[in-house]
Amino acid sequence: MATAAVAEHHADHHYTSTGLPHTKIAIWAFIGSECFFFASLISTYLIYKGRSVVGPFPHTAWTDPSTGQHFKAILNIPVTSASTFVLLMSSLAMVLAHSAVERSDHKWSRIWLATTALLGTTFLGFQAYEFTSFVHEGLKITTNLFGSTFFITTGFHGAHVTVGVLWLCTMLFIDMKRGLTPRDAINVDVMALYWHFVDVVWVAIFTLLYLIQ
Amino acid sequence: MTADHSHSPAPTDAHAPGAAPHPEVHFPNWHTYKWVALILAVLTVAEVWIYYTPMKQTRLFAPALLTLSAIKFSIVVMFYMHLKYDAKIFRGLFLGPLAIAIIVLISLLFLFGHLSLHAT
Repeated sequence: MATAAVAEHHADHHYTSTGLPHTKIAIWAFIGSECFFFASLISTYLIYKGRSVVGPFPHTAWTDPSTGQHFKAILNIPVTSASTFVLLMSSLAMVLAHSAVERSDHKWSRIWLATTALLGTTFLGFQAYEFTSFVHEGLKITTNLFGSTFFITTGFHGAHVTVGVLWLCTMLFIDMKRGLTPRDAINVDVMALYWHFVDVVWVAIFTLLYLIQ
Repeated sequence: MTADHSHSPAPTDAHAPGAAPHPEVHFPNWHTYKWVALILAVLTVAEVWIYYTPMKQTRLFAPALLTLSAIKFSIVVMFYMHLKYDAKIFRGLFLGPLAIAIIVLISLLFLFGHLSLHAT
């Protein structure tokens, strides 16, 4: 009887022979593989940096010699700085949501989960605005090497943020439906690790793609 | 916010049969998270400030930004992702691939001529 109870308890938590949960080891392995993924995208951007034959360019203005059309420097650093700040603050909301779930504090877990999802959505809004304004200013994914590598790298990051927001909304829905308990904290922890990883990738992208010329 | 944010241990109290006991992990509390957020905000402001100063024209510009970025990266990984407090195997799972990725990135930059050991 006792053995059955212990087995059920272990099966519920899915612990490995290391004494660590499967899900947490899996998410860290996944995050490790994502390092390669984003490093390859950033490498491609850096390799092709400054090798675009035609504009618009990220940091300098350009005039098309054939048409005489003038293009200003395409990157909008103040807007991207604001979106960077939003994403960093979403990480703070995420750790507070995790902390609230561990305390069974349903009110604050819902508030912080909703705040994190809202900040993530705000970041996506900034990115949509940025992409739209770039296209209006003449930079598309097929315009030049800068456009191709920039849209691919930041687009894939945006896709990751979108997945994170959907994950957060699902967790918030579960919290509102039945309430997240300390037994669910491991699931929130796994989601939080994914979210923070998306945040640190943006820290690298903001410096390497936006600030360094 | 009046809630007590002192952190409860991570749910590592159960182990598979025969597993080595895993020590209880204590994650940071609200005060640590608050200070981490403040430091991250200040470092972001510093990055943007450097971008708009004459330092942009100097050779220190890129190293300064890379250093600030590395500090931000480390702070998030250590405190928000709990790598400083959590099991060592997680450090290996993350830092191993990260190191290889950075080495590959730098190697590619040398290979394609963006970085050089010799002045041209």
